[in-house]
Amino acid sequence: MESLYLLIPLSVGLVLIVLAIFGWALNKGQFEDLDAEGERILTDEAGSLDTDQAAKPHPTGK
Amino acid sequence: MAVQAAISPANPAAMQTSVSDGIYTDDPVRLFALAAVLWGVVGMLVGVIIASQLAWPELNFGISFLSYGRLRPLHTNAVIFAFGGCALFATSYHVVQRTCQTRLFAPKLAMFTFWGWQLVILAAAITLPLGMTQGKEYAELEWPIDLLIAVVWVSYAVVFFGTIGIRKVRHIYVANWFFGAFILAVALLHIVNGAVIPVSMTKSYSAYAGVQDAMVQWWYGHNAVGFFLTAGFLGMMYYYIPKQAERPVYSYRLSIVHFWALIFTYMWAGPHHLHYTALPDWAQSIGMIFSLVLLAPSWGGMINGIMTLSGAWHKLRDDPILKFLIVSLSFYGMSTFEGPMMSIKTVNALSHYTDWTVGHVHSGALGWVGMITMGSLYYLIPRLFGSKAMFSVRAIELHFWIATIGIVLYIAAMWIAGVMQGLMWRAVNPDGTLVYSFVESVKATYPYYVVRLLGGLLYLSGMLIMAWNVVMTVKSGKPAAAPIPAVKLAPA
Repeated sequence: MESLYLLIPLSVGLVLIVLAIFGWALNKGQFEDLDAEGERILTDEAGSLDTDQAAKPHPTGK
Repeated sequence: MAVQAAISPANPAAMQTSVSDGIYTDDPVRLFALAAVLWGVVGMLVGVIIASQLAWPELNFGISFLSYGRLRPLHTNAVIFAFGGCALFATSYHVVQRTCQTRLFAPKLAMFTFWGWQLVILAAAITLPLGMTQGKEYAELEWPIDLLIAVVWVSYAVVFFGTIGIRKVRHIYVANWFFGAFILAVALLHIVNGAVIPVSMTKSYSAYAGVQDAMVQWWYGHNAVGFFLTAGFLGMMYYYIPKQAERPVYSYRLSIVHFWALIFTYMWAGPHHLHYTALPDWAQSIGMIFSLVLLAPSWGGMINGIMTLSGAWHKLRDDPILKFLIVSLSFYGMSTFEGPMMSIKTVNALSHYTDWTVGHVHSGALGWVGMITMGSLYYLIPRLFGSKAMFSVRAIELHFWIATIGIVLYIAAMWIAGVMQGLMWRAVNPDGTLVYSFVESVKATYPYYVVRLLGGLLYLSGMLIMAWNVVMTVKSGKPAAAPIPAVKLAPA
């Protein structure tokens, strides 16, 4: 069971990293105005962008 | 021309209000999407072959590279990493761009991930039938291929997180959290479980031994299911269901809670693969308890996805893509109920080593992973090739029904076989001797192997219909660059 001396600190470290990421998200306003964010993917595309790519020429190269 | 228009003297006010980045990087998306369909057919075909071999062992033909033992990992690797993997690459690259309103970070690196991943698949297809294996489930590939996987995966992480880093939208859409967690978790799992001591180019030994090795393997194995096959595909679900249904996620708040609860709980479920083995009791109990807890976040996600259709249930009647997407969630719910039940030690004492486990795996794989992938690709592929819809919507409908019937046959056959096996193996006479010999249970399983083969054949047929439909769609479409919409900046 000596592996626990490695595994437990490693797991605790992982949890701390995950908590840090959650804290970052919270502080950077990721959880503001959630309902609007859910709607956003439906309204963001300009009209027929994703439904018909045949129409528009490239504005620039790749 | 959006950039030119923005800075033209005829419209000086526009300079302050909009900037366009050019076009999305959809070439890797197209390549991965088509590859996913190809590998789906290949992986399912191998599945049908090995199912036949279980029913009729003569089909091993006495040829080593066609033998069941070597083809089985070829099947699992092909369907999980080739089919599932390419689908995840395609959809994550598509979703991250659309939700961040920017092209991919490092497009050339993204193309490298495509070719690198295909090389991994090719290497698997060659080495596994040759019997080169590490003997670890879903981690059979030998160490040189593991190194290539690591290189491709790090590149994938750079492209994906880099794209999030250059996003034009401040909020990171929930699907990207699922994709991101999947990418990071798989990196961790692969590196830890892949630790080996090589003795030749084609042979290595695990850095771990005995029951510790088993624990590491099943920490990996269950998280392969939890992060590769669940979190990644939930990312798909959270984007393509709202897009196809034209409704937002039922509760965006719930999707965030779902995410954090899921990724925390999944990490601990691994020991449920090792009940009643030499693994210490306390580890088995942790696995059991967290697997039961996992039911809650899983069903939260399922309900969130299905209820997205609230107020729009009628769409299910006529839209086969939506049928795929929503029914996939039903199978997801089924599997995430069945799994926790099978994680209970008493239940596991019956189910372990039986075909019930196989049935459970395939209800999740064919029902959830397969169907959410099919629905998502049916949405995505026409749009990548200049069409509004797939070449034949009726073929999608046909595919859906054939696939569903195939899944039901498969699962039912394996449930019956599995419970029967468990009961036969534990039946004892009054004097304490076993009632049945092992081979009697094998003989009794035969008809269920045949029914399962039929189910798998139906599922493969559905996939072939999809492949035909995709080819026709690509041939009749006109792929063109997708301009990124102008993002409105705040007025100066």
